[in-house]
Amino acid sequence: MSAAPQRVKAGAEKIDVAVSAVVPLNDLVTRFEFKRRDGAPFPPFSGGAHTVVEMNDNGRTRLNPYSLMSDPGDLSTYAISVRRDDEGRGGSLFMHGNVKIGDEMIITYPVNLFSLDLRARKHLFFAGGIGITPFMSMIAQLERSNGNWELHYACRSESLGSYVDVLGYKYPGKVHIYYDDQSQAIDLENLLDGQPLGTHAYVCGPKGMINWIHATATAAGWPELHVHSEEFLAPEPGAPFVVRLCKSDMTITVREDESLLEAIERAGVDAPFLCRGGSCGQCETDVVAADGNFIHRDHWLDDDEHASGKKIMPCVSRFIGKSLELDR
Amino acid sequence: MTLHFNDETFRDDYSFKNSQRAIDRFPFPFHEDSYMYSVNMEQHRGGPADSIYEMRFDVDEHYVAEMHDRAMVLADDPLRCQSIPHMTLAGWDLLELIMVSKSEDYPDLFELHRDGDTWRWVNKPLGIDDTFTFMDETTLPYGPMEYITRQAQGDFCVLDQRDENLWMDAGMITTQADWSLDFDLGMNFFEWHAPVPLAHEKGIFVRALKFLLNIQQGAPARRLNWTMTVNPLLDTSPENYHKWGIQKTSVTPENIGSKQHLRVELQTFFRLPRSNALVFPIRCYLCSFQDLMTKPKWGRRLHRVIRDLPEELATYKGFIDNRPMMLDYLSKFDDGQPTSPGVFPDAVPEPK
Amino acid sequence: MSKFEFPPSIRSRPVYGTLEARLGKHHLMIADAEGAEAIIGVATPELMAKTHIIYIPKDTDFAEKLRDLKPAQFYQGPSYAASVQRIRHVLANSHMGLQVYLAGTEGLMGQAQNEAMQAGFPHTAIQTEHRGSIARRMQCVHCKGITEDVEIDPFQCAHCGLNLFVRDHYSRRLAAYQGVCIDAEDPGNVPESKGIYE
Repeated sequence: MSAAPQRVKAGAEKIDVAVSAVVPLNDLVTRFEFKRRDGAPFPPFSGGAHTVVEMNDNGRTRLNPYSLMSDPGDLSTYAISVRRDDEGRGGSLFMHGNVKIGDEMIITYPVNLFSLDLRARKHLFFAGGIGITPFMSMIAQLERSNGNWELHYACRSESLGSYVDVLGYKYPGKVHIYYDDQSQAIDLENLLDGQPLGTHAYVCGPKGMINWIHATATAAGWPELHVHSEEFLAPEPGAPFVVRLCKSDMTITVREDESLLEAIERAGVDAPFLCRGGSCGQCETDVVAADGNFIHRDHWLDDDEHASGKKIMPCVSRFIGKSLELDR
Repeated sequence: MTLHFNDETFRDDYSFKNSQRAIDRFPFPFHEDSYMYSVNMEQHRGGPADSIYEMRFDVDEHYVAEMHDRAMVLADDPLRCQSIPHMTLAGWDLLELIMVSKSEDYPDLFELHRDGDTWRWVNKPLGIDDTFTFMDETTLPYGPMEYITRQAQGDFCVLDQRDENLWMDAGMITTQADWSLDFDLGMNFFEWHAPVPLAHEKGIFVRALKFLLNIQQGAPARRLNWTMTVNPLLDTSPENYHKWGIQKTSVTPENIGSKQHLRVELQTFFRLPRSNALVFPIRCYLCSFQDLMTKPKWGRRLHRVIRDLPEELATYKGFIDNRPMMLDYLSKFDDGQPTSPGVFPDAVPEPK
Repeated sequence: MSKFEFPPSIRSRPVYGTLEARLGKHHLMIADAEGAEAIIGVATPELMAKTHIIYIPKDTDFAEKLRDLKPAQFYQGPSYAASVQRIRHVLANSHMGLQVYLAGTEGLMGQAQNEAMQAGFPHTAIQTEHRGSIARRMQCVHCKGITEDVEIDPFQCAHCGLNLFVRDHYSRRLAAYQGVCIDAEDPGNVPESKGIYE
């Protein structure tokens, strides 16, 4: 069209914020609250959305997505809750160890890859551990519109039950808690049986929980489109590997503690991305040549594409082998 | 900049006219001498000063007359504006988007005063001054989507995003190029595009959908589409086709310059925040052949594009029967000289 | 065999399949005329024990065969219109874990699909198998009236009388194909009607 062509910038729009609160909830989880530095209200968002937080960790830029858990009806503050992962690549450790009230940070506009189906007659929420976060904003949204919802929340123990108190207090009767260390388990088959036609189920938690709920629902005859899930895929560390970036005419090494996408960015190559969690498809990259094995960890490519060896999602996936050449 | 609003009609006596400014800023869609479908998306973040691309929702001299025409279409056929109930939240998103954008981009024409959920909206060209409660339908004379799109030029498709697809679950459609909202309501992206020839095989819609699903808040996009219309008729709906179709046969070599119009759609795409829906405004611009010919580059190019257009496209766009007559007329303005790339007319007038 | 090989068409044109038993607590099967054959093709005693069949025979005589399958519930209706109340009631009282199977004419399947969707059932989870008549429900885009059982192209709108050509563009919401005025640009010039699939 050439009216006023602009290159599409990678990532979502950014917002300058200041940390307004840091609230440890328990041993593992801390809530961070943000206010805009310009004092304006935050952009409105839909329950289930996340923001990507930019961290400057000793000269190393990290970009980590976190679900917005604040009430979409109160745009003075955005809030996220971060679970400390001692085995991870360091993003959560950075948040827990370095971020203080008053710190200036950059976060993105909300992006929603886990949204409510507003046609649902009823929303059935299943949360596991830190997976409670997207449901906090969904519940706030549904409460304002008199939506029909129910939450089933599995926690490791009472002491690690983030937000159990406030949820139980605000919504008695709609919130059901299950403590692993007391051997309390969701009676899933019975729970699913008898739900009204038009119920949608949403799961956010560990992979095992997600798989279990999908499988049980399918066995009970639930349509696949009525079970939605979000897995917080953080790029997992792995053995270093060498990659040739054909378009940029350079060869880089992906270190153990960074993702392929981060390595590409570190080399100064501008690659498209959005969610940084393997779900949105923006970073899809063509493989020019490969001699080795792909470790696909994304939720975007289908099985055929994974098997073809012609595509990779650099934000979460890795490679082991003799050589890899990408179209970047 | 003071905008003068035309008192004109898009039906019956067709008193519609483009001022010189309107012709100068007309979105001629062809950047080269031939045309084929493409996913020709770009960011919608402004454009050249006074161009149609500059503001988020362009307001021009035809604004008041177009809104009157819309009101007449709706009075005759209320089914042109429909919203499946779960889309009401998206309707509020759209209302906010248009009110904020217009009050910021055209402060002389529109004002928005917000005090918590109590909003006051002033639309000076249409003489509207309404106070209402945001998110409370009972405080507006229409649902939010209908309310605000009765005050915004162009059609609006409000698309629900779910199951890796887009669904036409709401819309205000009164200036369409021959498709029916009532029929297409509830269809997904591939289904409502089903009748478009050639594009599916080229994978156009698969790529376009992927792009659209990833449009984010604060980062709208745009593209152009085009067709032909005889007479400056906005309501070229299938619903009324049995009444307006005959007008296509009223073109003669003597009147084709004034009657035949190039109809260009500026399509924009905005992510709506509270509903996560996508709004797809389709803004229609009309220009008669004779006005287009005042730009030599456009004259040469339009002839070549229409001459070489595949038959399936000319048929689908509804002008296959009149093509020979169009080419007879247009060929007079094509002296075979090369044309510069890009859509804008050449700034320097040509030597005689 | 009452199956018809529909020619490949545009993306909005429904494509029907073959019924298969699926996991579920309850099964609702709605069919007309030769659609009974599709139900007979998928029936097993285990499945039928959890199945409610709603059947409109029209001019065929499959009803007895369906009863012999011993479904949990069986209704034989004289017309689709007469059956709608029962269909709505059954759907309104259904729960997640219901499977829906439709078989027979496009008109029956389209309308029953709509009822299921209104009740909260996603259309992609509804199974369909075409059998019997290839007649279409046509909506006149001009007057919005639906003309049933259209087998020729062009045809005359049963409501406003316009001559309409038959499009393959289909609306799930209206459960009908689109009919558009054929002689708008040349009034009176209406080609001779042929079968839709000729």
